[in-house]
Amino acid sequence: MSEIVFDEVVEARAPWSRVVRKGQTLRIVDLHGNQAVDFIVYAAADTAERYSAPDTVVAQRNLFLGVGTVLMSNEGRAMMTIVADNCGRHDTSGGACSCESNTLRYGHHTKHQHACVDNFLLEGARHGLGKRDLVGNINWFMNVPVEADGSLGIVDGLSAPGKYVELRAELDCLVLVSNCPQINNPCNGFAPTPVQMQIADP
Amino acid sequence: MTDRPDTSRPAGAREHARSMDGTVVASMPTVPAPAGSLWEETLGRGAYAARRLPRGARLRVTNLDGTACAGLVVYNAEQPAERLNAADTVKVQWNAYLGAGSVLLSDMGRSLMAVLEDSSGHHDLFCGTRGRERFLVALAKHGLGRRDLPANLNLFRGVRVDPDGKLEPVRRDPAPGEHVLLRADLDVLVAIVNVPHPLDEAHGRADARVRLEAWRGEPAGEDDPIRLSTPERRRAYENVEDYLLR
Repeated sequence: MSEIVFDEVVEARAPWSRVVRKGQTLRIVDLHGNQAVDFIVYAAADTAERYSAPDTVVAQRNLFLGVGTVLMSNEGRAMMTIVADNCGRHDTSGGACSCESNTLRYGHHTKHQHACVDNFLLEGARHGLGKRDLVGNINWFMNVPVEADGSLGIVDGLSAPGKYVELRAELDCLVLVSNCPQINNPCNGFAPTPVQMQIADP
Repeated sequence: MTDRPDTSRPAGAREHARSMDGTVVASMPTVPAPAGSLWEETLGRGAYAARRLPRGARLRVTNLDGTACAGLVVYNAEQPAERLNAADTVKVQWNAYLGAGSVLLSDMGRSLMAVLEDSSGHHDLFCGTRGRERFLVALAKHGLGRRDLPANLNLFRGVRVDPDGKLEPVRRDPAPGEHVLLRADLDVLVAIVNVPHPLDEAHGRADARVRLEAWRGEPAGEDDPIRLSTPERRRAYENVEDYLLR
């Protein structure tokens, strides 16, 4: 990386947001290993343009994200490019956990547990974003295989302490993150941990 | 053009306009829908429609010529900020491929619609649409905008994911008449576009009509087989019923 102009640790279970300017790179470090980082990116100049999982997977004809993946917007523009990644596979089909979907996945007793959608809503509100602005997101460091019969699920992660992914902004981007608080599946190894965010100038 | 009417003055233009009454074309609705029906419409390639349907309604989507792809999004009509969530739909049901017995889940942990019948078996929740502009126009007529279009479902065009994540469209012969029968589990707004699938290379076929037919029906009961099929679906119906207490 070039000169690091921003460096912050996001506590376990916490939200985070930041504008990454065109040409800057954002490195997300999985400090303790197997920590899902839920992520949506918006065009900073017009947040109705935002990350589109369908456009991204169709563009590369692959459901998994890795080095070379271009994060496409809902209006067909390149938003960010994965320029480095030593984890190997990231998810964009599993979406974010929510209090409501947790009740389906695990039972009504999970309704009051903290969830990524709550993080997105709280942090997004600081930028004028609301429920309508939440779309199918990326889950960095999360492993969601699809088997031949269609069986799909969040399984043990492929990540490890210190693994990272690095994204170059292709336009000015507002990045919205939830450091996933989920404790009912393996996406965080059943114990959420902090992650690190580093922004570098070109 | 020798038969062209004289439209140089309003009376002639009016006569010409009125002479078109009763014209029937391949892509159009039946208005009003026949007795006992809620909706009848045929979408030619490129056409779109959006419609509110009451809880319990049945919506049959038919691939008339067997070559169409019907893009579909669903909203809770009462609060459209609640809408189809493709990720939750595959994740909660532990399966990437939708079919008979599946539910279309909202982002609020509720079933929006259930798939009662499916004679196709080839659908896709990953690839989005080539019909974004048509969806936006359809939604704008219901007060919704660019922030309101979630990842859509594609009916009649399947995609398979290989172990390395590669997406392969399912190539198959046209299947005229295949259909999907959906049940509205809430009062819903559905928007449908008839456009080729994003991974469909042979997208120039002219005849690719989608037939839409809806009628009133009973909501899912306590013994509904889809409700009872898995604990996740049961809770999706419990959340619907809890929401409807008022």
